[in-house]
Amino acid sequence: MNKGAEHLVEVRNLRKHFHLGRNNVLKAVDDISFSIGKGSTLGLVGESGCGKTTAGRVIVRLYEPTDGIVLFDGRDISRMGGRDLRELRKRSQMIFQNPYTSLNPRMTVGDVVSEGIDIHGLYRGSERTDRIYELLGLVGLNKEHASRFPHEFSGGQRQRIGIARALAVEPEFIVCDEPISALDVSIQSQVINLLIGLQDRFNLAYLFISHDLKMVKHVSEQVAVMYLGGIVEIASSNELYQHPAHPYTRGLLSAAVSPDPKAERGKERSILQGEVPSPINPPDCCRFEKRCPAVQPICREVRPDLKPIADGHMVACHLV
Amino acid sequence: MRGVSFHVQRGECLAIVGESGCGKSVTAYTLMRLIPIPPGRIKKGSIRFEGAELTHLSDRQMERYRGSEIGIIFQDPMTSLNPVTKVGAQIAEVLVKQRKATRRSAFDRAVDMLRLVGIPDPERRANQYPHEFSGGMKQRAMIGIALACSPKLLIADEPTTSLDVTIQAQIIDLMKGLQKKIDTAIILITHDLGVVASLADRVLVMYAGRIVESGGLDDIFYQPHHPYTWGLLASVPKLDSSKCTPLVSIQGTPPDLFKPPLGCAFAPRCEYAMRICHEECPPEFPVGSDHSAACWLEHPMAQGSGQEPEASNA
Repeated sequence: MNKGAEHLVEVRNLRKHFHLGRNNVLKAVDDISFSIGKGSTLGLVGESGCGKTTAGRVIVRLYEPTDGIVLFDGRDISRMGGRDLRELRKRSQMIFQNPYTSLNPRMTVGDVVSEGIDIHGLYRGSERTDRIYELLGLVGLNKEHASRFPHEFSGGQRQRIGIARALAVEPEFIVCDEPISALDVSIQSQVINLLIGLQDRFNLAYLFISHDLKMVKHVSEQVAVMYLGGIVEIASSNELYQHPAHPYTRGLLSAAVSPDPKAERGKERSILQGEVPSPINPPDCCRFEKRCPAVQPICREVRPDLKPIADGHMVACHLV
Repeated sequence: MRGVSFHVQRGECLAIVGESGCGKSVTAYTLMRLIPIPPGRIKKGSIRFEGAELTHLSDRQMERYRGSEIGIIFQDPMTSLNPVTKVGAQIAEVLVKQRKATRRSAFDRAVDMLRLVGIPDPERRANQYPHEFSGGMKQRAMIGIALACSPKLLIADEPTTSLDVTIQAQIIDLMKGLQKKIDTAIILITHDLGVVASLADRVLVMYAGRIVESGGLDDIFYQPHHPYTWGLLASVPKLDSSKCTPLVSIQGTPPDLFKPPLGCAFAPRCEYAMRICHEECPPEFPVGSDHSAACWLEHPMAQGSGQEPEASNA
């Protein structure tokens, strides 16, 4: 019944614009396309304001797209309604960035985790209680935690609660929106190991949104680099980190500091100057033109399309 | 903060690393005497700045040091600038107060500072309000304020944490350049080991209000002795790591400092914990020149166990 069976999520020419009045349009997501296979991870990297979070939210239909389509298991999500939409809500879930604000402070952990179970009527009675305990166990918490409130937990534990909530409805796809950026270093690796372990166990697909290049590399099979609402480069993660082609990707990789003093001392850093320009009424040329160290006249006139340069490696740059 | 001792030399960059809640920022704020009393108090110990004892000064005397001899950059540039005062005036304020400069000359100096920290078109920018600045520019302006009186010591509390990767690289570069140019000592507080590796000369690793290891930059990164330092270094993924090998992580969470543990604070999370670790707090053991670790594994009776398990951090 599903033609795109190997792709669980497919995004085609997706746009999300916000109209700010007075003819100002904020083009948060402007023509992006990618697909995510069952059980695999696509990493989405970029600086703040590049549209990564908006993209994630459109894909789980927290926002309606302005244009373009998102196919979930071969079906257009923006045409879903009623029962279909409820089905989508069960199959795709989200983990939020800030574990301090994304849990209702007046609900116990058990209530937070079981809300989805009740809405979808998955389990009742003692089965329901067992399921809550099982979920807490899965994310490394225990049953005593079910009756406590979110404020009693540390950031890492809260993020685990958020993960348990997402898992409660047995989804196939989870958008992880900066799941670790609010956590301490030693806790980050715990949460990442947990996410990878759960992925193997339940064959989950992830859209992993982050600005941490190393973590994205670690968890993703494929990585897309976003800049000012568009994807400038997409490739398998090894290819992208070994042969970055777009000047922005190179700048990002070069800007990342590594915990290795000798490497840092010897490093010739090509630091990108300037900052991300405003996505309000962006010009119709190359998105990166204002900060690009190798900018040519053509970059100021024509917007480059994503072109394949190697197997599965696409770059939007005139100079590649 | 429980029994922390360290020193910073002129022109040196000392990094204090640790997780949130380990007492890094409290250490820095105590130096500036910015901790409100009560609930905070300096129970004992001393802070000496060029030989002068800071703990005995009155608030008014302390004012002379703040901003003038010791500058501070706060973590969050979005909330630490005054939103209703022009950026140039905020820089000039320090000069008027500390150096008794006239408004006119202070403003000129403020424009120079903005230029020094790499803000384009500083004359125009000095007359703008903080909300017209982006995050990176606000942080640059903060650095400008902190350095306006050419302090001998600059305290930088997580200066790059809230910034994007490319902006972070710009700020690190800026701080490196400025340190050379004006020969300021820096106390850099951060949890990002990458930032430490690219800026620091010496490193203090803090855990639960204590220094667990201190040493030169290379000592800490290439010959770490404390299990907590091993864990911190190993939990950062390498660019060549693969998804199949799980990241090394430190199990558990930092202790509650309202009821600090009896023995070594790290013992409940430590793989190598021995009985004594739970009972008695370890003293600092010297493990090299200017390198020491507060860990019982370094005690002569625990021979051979004070080695890093695998040489994976090299």
